Amino acid sequence: MAETTASSDASKTYRAELLICAGTGCVSNRSFKIRDALEAEIRQRGLDDEVRVVTTGCQGFCAQGPIMIFQPDGIFYQMLTEEDVPLLVEEHLIKGRPVEKLMYVPPEGDEVVPKLSDIDFFRKQRLVVLRNRGLIDPEKIDEYIARDGYRALAKVLTGMTSEEVIEVVKASGLRGRGGAGFPTGIKWGLTRQAEGNGKCIICNADEGDPGAFMDRSIIESDPHAVLEGMAIGAYAIGAKNGYVYIREEYPLAMQRLHIAIDQAREYGLLGEDILGSGFSFDLAVHRGAGAFVCGEETSLIASLEGRTPEPRIRPPFPAQSGLWGQPTNINNVETWANVPVIISRGAEWYASLGTDTSKGTKVFSVVGKVNNTGLVEVPMGITMREIVFDIGGGIPDGKQFKAVQTGGPSGGCIPESLLDLPIDYERLMEVGSIMGSGGLIVMDEDTCMVDIARYFLDFLRSESCGKCTTCREGIAAMHDILADICAGQGEPEHIDLLGELAEAVSDASLCALGGTAPNPVLSTLRHFRDEYEAHIRDKKCPAGVCRALITYRIDPDKCKGCLLCTKACPEQIIRGEAKKPQTIDTEACIKCGVCRESCKFDAVLVE
Amino acid sequence: MVQDKITLTIDHTEVVADSGATILEAALAGGIYIPHLCYHPDLEPAGVCRLCMVEIEGRGLTIACRAPVAEGLVVRTESPEIDKVRRVAMELLIANHHVDCLACGQDGNCAIQKTSAYIGISEERLDALRKREASSPIDTSNPFFDRDPNKCVLCGICIRTCVELQRVSAIDFAFRGPETIVGTFANRPLAESRCESCGECVVRCPVGALLPKKFQQPAREVRTVCTYCGVGCGLYLGVRGDTVVSARGDDDSPVNKGSLCVKGRFGFKFINHPDRLTAPLIRKDGTLTEATWDEALQLVADKLSTYHGDQFATLSSAKCTNEENYLIQKFTRAVMGTNNIDHCARLCHAPTVAGLVQSLGSGAMTNSINEVMGAACILAVGTNTTAAHPVIGLQMKKAVARGTKLIVANPKEIDLCRFAHLFLQHRPGSDVALLMGIMRVIVDEGLFDKAFIDERCENFEAFKASLDDFDPQFVSQTTGVPWEKIQQAARLYATEKPASLFYAMGITQHTHGTDNVLATSNLALLTGNVGKPSTGVNPLRGQNNVQGACDMGALPNVYPGYQRVDNDEIRAKFEKAWACSLPAGAGVTHVEIFDDIERKTIKALYIVGENPAVSEANSSHVVDALKTLEFLVVQDIFLSETAELAHVVLPAASFAEKNGTFTNTERRVQRVRQVIQPVGQSRPDWRITCQIAQEMGKSGFDFASPEDIQDEIRSLTPSYQGITYDRIEQEGLQWPCPSADHGGTAILHTERFATKSGKASFVPLTYRPSAEVPDKQYPFILTTDRSIFHFHTGTMTRNVQGMDVLNGQELLDINPADALSLEIDNGATVEVSSRRGRVSVRAHITEACLPGVVSMTFHFSETPTNVLTNSALDPVAKIPETKVCAVQIEKPDSPAG
Repeated sequence: MAETTASSDASKTYRAELLICAGTGCVSNRSFKIRDALEAEIRQRGLDDEVRVVTTGCQGFCAQGPIMIFQPDGIFYQMLTEEDVPLLVEEHLIKGRPVEKLMYVPPEGDEVVPKLSDIDFFRKQRLVVLRNRGLIDPEKIDEYIARDGYRALAKVLTGMTSEEVIEVVKASGLRGRGGAGFPTGIKWGLTRQAEGNGKCIICNADEGDPGAFMDRSIIESDPHAVLEGMAIGAYAIGAKNGYVYIREEYPLAMQRLHIAIDQAREYGLLGEDILGSGFSFDLAVHRGAGAFVCGEETSLIASLEGRTPEPRIRPPFPAQSGLWGQPTNINNVETWANVPVIISRGAEWYASLGTDTSKGTKVFSVVGKVNNTGLVEVPMGITMREIVFDIGGGIPDGKQFKAVQTGGPSGGCIPESLLDLPIDYERLMEVGSIMGSGGLIVMDEDTCMVDIARYFLDFLRSESCGKCTTCREGIAAMHDILADICAGQGEPEHIDLLGELAEAVSDASLCALGGTAPNPVLSTLRHFRDEYEAHIRDKKCPAGVCRALITYRIDPDKCKGCLLCTKACPEQIIRGEAKKPQTIDTEACIKCGVCRESCKFDAVLVE
Repeated sequence: MVQDKITLTIDHTEVVADSGATILEAALAGGIYIPHLCYHPDLEPAGVCRLCMVEIEGRGLTIACRAPVAEGLVVRTESPEIDKVRRVAMELLIANHHVDCLACGQDGNCAIQKTSAYIGISEERLDALRKREASSPIDTSNPFFDRDPNKCVLCGICIRTCVELQRVSAIDFAFRGPETIVGTFANRPLAESRCESCGECVVRCPVGALLPKKFQQPAREVRTVCTYCGVGCGLYLGVRGDTVVSARGDDDSPVNKGSLCVKGRFGFKFINHPDRLTAPLIRKDGTLTEATWDEALQLVADKLSTYHGDQFATLSSAKCTNEENYLIQKFTRAVMGTNNIDHCARLCHAPTVAGLVQSLGSGAMTNSINEVMGAACILAVGTNTTAAHPVIGLQMKKAVARGTKLIVANPKEIDLCRFAHLFLQHRPGSDVALLMGIMRVIVDEGLFDKAFIDERCENFEAFKASLDDFDPQFVSQTTGVPWEKIQQAARLYATEKPASLFYAMGITQHTHGTDNVLATSNLALLTGNVGKPSTGVNPLRGQNNVQGACDMGALPNVYPGYQRVDNDEIRAKFEKAWACSLPAGAGVTHVEIFDDIERKTIKALYIVGENPAVSEANSSHVVDALKTLEFLVVQDIFLSETAELAHVVLPAASFAEKNGTFTNTERRVQRVRQVIQPVGQSRPDWRITCQIAQEMGKSGFDFASPEDIQDEIRSLTPSYQGITYDRIEQEGLQWPCPSADHGGTAILHTERFATKSGKASFVPLTYRPSAEVPDKQYPFILTTDRSIFHFHTGTMTRNVQGMDVLNGQELLDINPADALSLEIDNGATVEVSSRRGRVSVRAHITEACLPGVVSMTFHFSETPTNVLTNSALDPVAKIPETKVCAVQIEKPDSPAG
């Protein structure tokens, strides 16, 4: 296939390049259609020799997708449609007049910000892992190579011993980005020292946290960075085989990964005798079947071996006996993608980024009640406030910030009072959360923290592998209690019981799934105990979420009697004369909230 | 092996443990209880119940079942932290458990009761947790035990038992999170899964989730030996009053170490079956009518007195004890004056005795069951071990798990093939070609053990010359096995030492059965695999006491201990001991007895515990013959198809109702103990035989107990001389055991062979095809097989309620290609006919059979397979060829061809 082979376009120069985002978010907003339309329009205008359309991986600003960067001007176009294409070509390409109406307007203002470099979302980021994002076509190895790709591998193979590579990684301070934060260099060293017939490395791309898409985006935007990192790791560890364990739900990432592997093999960067060094390494892609617990190393290995994914007791650690009994090193996508830069720019440079204990950058997916949802890369040590308010653009619709959940479903909620906490592994632990793989879910005043804890535990109880008593039964028991509280059946002793259950589940479970599963309960209890008490004692849900604890009422002072709510109500239980205040039959109300959404005067109140 | 000892401190107590032990094991061995549910000493630790939480100084909380001991470790089993975590884990386990202890069969033995009592649980706390009221349906599909998921604590002990110990893998965890259950493949009912109903999981289930159906705690238990196959598993039968209500494996038995198969564990219900014979029957006006013992014994004695000499014959029983077989042959020889005595060994291992005596000097298994695990290579030829000898099959599976290379040679793809390194599927009847082919490779490639052959064998050159006929083309054409596979098998068997060879009926039940046996001994000798641990030629005996019946001389040519009747010196010894004169010539064999009955030379027959009307090849011929007898006495526990033809039927006691000894396949003489009083008026066989003799006015039959009989056996049988009841009270002894201070013989032929010269003899062989080969009219080869759920003609297992649920009817195994060309659907009824008879059975389409080969068992008297089989005999051993005959298969509506 023509697409799978590297193109020679990388060396040709153009008057203009249109970098259109082809991450999963923008693609599902029809960015491929826009690309096709652009190419057709450009061809029709006879500009195809001067202008090139490039499809890039995820550019991060998913909230504004589909997005496109116009180079060399650096103009950031957003929320494009196919209909915008003729105008864009006519005005910007032919007449040289950037189209203002397709540019970005920050949430707190009315002036457009034309250039990407001036947009806050991008300005505060520090791109190390995502160094090539939006700049290269991830399906073209030449574009990766043109940005110094595979130079680190060459450097390693031609001038460094395995031990030297491990020393550099150790000195860089890189820690596992999958969540646990184990020092990567030490892990490599253990696998290297382990005795065994053949060794292997695995890339964990089974990104299971709801709302997290860091790893997907890295593979979609720069798959060769991962492959190069793995090849370097394989050399350091002494492995000949590698596997990428990737979620079946990531078709685009998987496709780009396959293309990248094929191209790397074609270029002799994977396979036998890489770059004539005598070092051989190749890898295979394994699709996961959607079990959250496969994020756990030993489960992932069991799944790779074709067995039921269940964690097993360590020791032996995978570094001693992993896949098929071979010493095995597992790192996640982001960890591997860090490796080439560390080798190229040196451990000292890398270690200069971040905090005392957490070096480098971290990629976060910022989602939830925040203006700029998307993918961001920031130096370790940045505050949560900077991420949520400066990069994320704050909370939409003028609502109040309430909390941010880090570390996925088994992470914890951080309240407003801790927004200035510098983010690193240790600090997050201190406040009852974890770094996790990098999902950040922003919540506003309309979020009920008891309901949120119940939601995450519902996820975790069905993802528990079910072997350990405490994890299988304990998460379910905590969930049932939370559900009771949300349903207005909470008892005062439930709070203590939740605490005890949480402690036992955390202390007694075999793997990290059970070990961290109580975090949503513990952190909400710690920071939002008043909400629990309101549910239990006052039978009220302050956020107005738990249906059993709320009533809808129409404020007679605000109601204009427009009858929009009366018409929208599915139960037809809103009554009153036209142009006079309406009333809701609270007994019959099913609390669906349609009236509130339909009201133009904020007259429907939740209490 | 000397293990290092480790000293650690648990709860301020110094505990010494083996290195490699876990803290839990060390504590339990040291008498310190740590609550636990998922730990079982037979199994790998799973570490899932999380109850055995302990605190290791400097390391914090950990589970004791996975933490290895280390020198100087300081462990605490109690602390507020431990208690908190452990209590919550326990509460969580009980919260959703169906607590109906008083109605639960596990009450009193339940691990939940034990652990929760130790930890101390409050009902109030459980109320706060008790949420899910939903009940899951109980799986009652298995006829012997129920599976109640509501009581399951998901400890996984059943799963690990099935996977690690039994290697059946019928169950595993299914689903995730709180939905997790123990399930079968696709979550089908147990009876529809690959479960073999061995019940090992039921034994180990710590709670009431797996319980025997209608479970009754026995009032007392008696240690004895299983009555089914020749493995001779030790078991405890549990009794209430006069009813046997339970069976469990004897952990101390060197044979089975506690394991049992489905028949041993659940096949005891025949003992108290209402159809048991409870009174003597006498044929009056053509019908069998109840009579008193006096009447019956009088009639038998009067009648038999008129048939002295060769007009009379006896069929003894491999199900009876050694003492009974001894008495029956003594009765036949001393009272009736004939050597016309035989038993079903003729139909199973006569070629073993004939062949192995010729080559090695002794016709029994050379090695012992517990040596299976030590073999580097196992060749299992003509044995469906996991079905017919399940507990030995289990040893083979375990050996494979530990690295043994298993070669299976069988015309059918049997269960054992799942574990085999190499599977040779040869045509039925081509065994000599297959084994000689293997030996040809070994000789050609110089892989034979020259030193062993030179030192300990004879006749090698003549044997070697006989290999010339077995060139690759001939062998692979005859056997249907590619030459490469034969080469692989040869190399494996010859180089992976020690190599152990096992065989059963697939080798013996042929007109060339003796040649087959000789081929196996040639092969073992060629590679030096005899007389050493984990080697040998190991015939697996079928019946519980077929070895003993042979040992006791229930054979037409030998007295007890294989002492020949045609040896004057020996005969004189027995004449003196029994105070009578004895016939000098050998008697006639099993199949020949029926020929002689037809010829009217034998007029009276005494059958003890055999059912030739179903078990004999060409059985219609046997039934016809039995009907012509002037006098037929049948002594049995049920009114078998054979007993229905008798003039007098004598009700015998089952193995659970008498004392005595059985000799298992590895020559181990073991005690059988009386568990209940004989059912109804039935009497032990030994007593009946004695009473007939006494009624006939003969002396030498006034024994008070089986032990008295054993004393007489010892005095006349050199190989049993050292075996007394006292010595075998705990563990059996393996013969030869020539003196009271001899410890028995685990391995035969270690120093010299039991032949005259002391050397083993190679025997040159030629290939002879089976007596009946397929032709146009009868185009298929029918071979016979066994089901794990039934035994022999089903007299016992068909009277165990439930076995029919697991396997209720005969099935004709047929290859899909043949079924397609005959247009037969799976489950359709077909007519199978041979030159001798016709049977209607359902077809079971399976790739286990090669095209052109079909297979049936013979457990079902309503579809008697043996009306089809061929009674052509092996010229030496006189065994009929039940493994190969030619048949035709038709759909019922198609015109007869």
